[in-house]
Amino acid sequence: MAETIFDPNIIKDQNLVYKRTDHMKEKALSYCPGCGHGTAHRILMEVIEEMGIQEKTIGVSPVGCSVLAYDFMNVDMQGAAHGRAPALATAIKRLMPDKFVFTYQGDGDLAAIGTAETIHACNRGEHITIIFINNGIYGMTGGQMAPTTLPGMRSSTSPYGRDEATMGHPLRMTELVATLPGTCFVTRQAVHTPGNVRKAKRALRTAFELQTRKIGVSFVEIVSNCNSGWKMTPVKANTWMEENMFPYYPLGDIKVPEKID
Amino acid sequence: MKELRLMKGNEAIAEAAIRCGCDAYFGYPITPQSEILEYLMVEKPHERTGMVVLQAESEVASINMVYAGAGCGRKVMTSSSSPGVSLMQEGLSYCAGAELPCLLVNVVRGGPGLGTIQPSQADYFQSTKGGGHGDYRLIVLAPSSVQEMCDFVGLGFDLAFKYRNPALILTDGAIGQMMEKVMLPASVNRWTEEEIKQQTPWATTGKPADRPANVITSLELDSAKQEKVNQKLQAKYAEMEKNEVRFERIQCDDAEYLFVAFGTSARICQKSIDLARAKGIKVGLLRPITLFPFPKDEIEKLAGQVKGMLSVEMNAGQMVEDIRLNAKGKCPVEHYGRFGGIMPSPDEVLKVLEQKFIGG
Amino acid sequence: MAKVKGAIVIDIQRCKGCEVCVPACPKDVIGMSTNVNNKGYHYAEPKHDDCIGCANCAIVCPDGVITVYRAKD
Repeated sequence: MAETIFDPNIIKDQNLVYKRTDHMKEKALSYCPGCGHGTAHRILMEVIEEMGIQEKTIGVSPVGCSVLAYDFMNVDMQGAAHGRAPALATAIKRLMPDKFVFTYQGDGDLAAIGTAETIHACNRGEHITIIFINNGIYGMTGGQMAPTTLPGMRSSTSPYGRDEATMGHPLRMTELVATLPGTCFVTRQAVHTPGNVRKAKRALRTAFELQTRKIGVSFVEIVSNCNSGWKMTPVKANTWMEENMFPYYPLGDIKVPEKID
Repeated sequence: MKELRLMKGNEAIAEAAIRCGCDAYFGYPITPQSEILEYLMVEKPHERTGMVVLQAESEVASINMVYAGAGCGRKVMTSSSSPGVSLMQEGLSYCAGAELPCLLVNVVRGGPGLGTIQPSQADYFQSTKGGGHGDYRLIVLAPSSVQEMCDFVGLGFDLAFKYRNPALILTDGAIGQMMEKVMLPASVNRWTEEEIKQQTPWATTGKPADRPANVITSLELDSAKQEKVNQKLQAKYAEMEKNEVRFERIQCDDAEYLFVAFGTSARICQKSIDLARAKGIKVGLLRPITLFPFPKDEIEKLAGQVKGMLSVEMNAGQMVEDIRLNAKGKCPVEHYGRFGGIMPSPDEVLKVLEQKFIGG
Repeated sequence: MAKVKGAIVIDIQRCKGCEVCVPACPKDVIGMSTNVNNKGYHYAEPKHDDCIGCANCAIVCPDGVITVYRAKD
């Protein structure tokens, strides 16, 4: 035990309140400091641990910053080609209907190159969970404009700000898939404050539990930051996100299934 | 139980898939191969064997569904025709990179572009040289009858799993659409969960406490490791070249001239041989059955025996490059091709042979 | 009413110094060290022992470097 300013009698196993789940692998995360991916990964793995479904879970990682998600999440996983994660998840679930299957995708992956796969997996009502991390930018390739980039927002391919007249409008994929009968639960969350993390985790739990009801896709968007791409400190990026992203991408449930008694 | 039936080539592929224990077919309609998906939908294989059949939103989705199914250790396949197969190349490259055993059928039509819906062999390069990005090969089987369309489904899966590599049945609209009698094999059961775990311990079947998580990926960012991945793949392809070359020799023993042709072209050449021999010209046919691995040694051997080789292809001259490379200058090698969906006639082929080698 | 005392243990080598935990703490326990870890980050460290073990810091930490304990006096 390293030296501590706290009473060492408190730091005992029986007093443990919170520690990183061992459903996360030991490897240090490759994400930038303050990036929401790490938090999203961890609460996802906490849900899998708390549900006791590690052996029954297959994940699909995307292309983008979270391309190496399988290095961090301690479940069987497949790495998809850019945008194709929902097609992979479809096949996995069809072949192993008793498994819990999720995709973890960014906005470039899900809302640009993978739009067709996303819409059609949702429209077929596959019994999978799609986790959509929206930070309004292509992070890994160096901060280019994404379909979700806000009007006027600067990126390396919209250096003077996104001009809606020539570059189109930010795409609200979550509202779009909510209109499809194949989705059963559609929600938008965030993970930058303790309260938001707790809510997002509850949403993920609901999304996974719904897979057993076999009533369609559960879709969880997490609006997140990209402090490197946005060129801000992590704390400033979180404030900017609240002030600019949330008005365009409001948090909350968009579609919830009927309760069963 | 074995069963003799009159079927279209495309239908034979579909029925063979059900009978050989295929776990899933993911496909998208395109002429001239749509009968495969249609037959499967009519047959309800989920009731016969539990096989999954899904019409995807695109060929891109189909091949990525195949990737995922193969990643779960299942026997999965797709089929398409040339433009659709072009769309699948990215996914196929990922399958090759992640070493996933799976089966693809290309019922080739004339190109480039939207081209025609008539038969062609213009996808030889794409099929045998990789097709997508990166250094990789597919195992390529070229049937020339409805019977072989049926037989190569099981063979394709066997080879795919033996080498953890995608296999391709390269055929064309003529064989896909023609009806012939076919002896269907007896049905074998799909692998059980236990058999899948035994046969494919690398598959993503859910992580139990006693093994590390399995990961299916073609990504390796460390160049030193990526080179090793490539070396492993190349060693695998060398093994295939050593063990899996398949071909048919037709009247080669006394041949003074040789046709080299696969699939539909080989059928045409068989008739040309009859016409030639009736005129006293001793012609034989080498029919490559595996286009990768290519029958290199047999080409070289026959090049030392005959006075000339004519590669008969429904394209502008693709396989002829491999023949020339392996004939090693031991005899002249010429090409005759028709394209755009036109098939050469037997007397036309014979006339070219006479013009090129005998003078006439 | 029994007083609740908390404690945090920070894995300073995994900390990336993002400071997201700092505003998450209701008791203003966490500050950033003037030292750097092996990766060169100014890592998070407790400034005083007023921790109530609410785990807010650990919950928002993207890298999961904080372990939290809580005991009643």
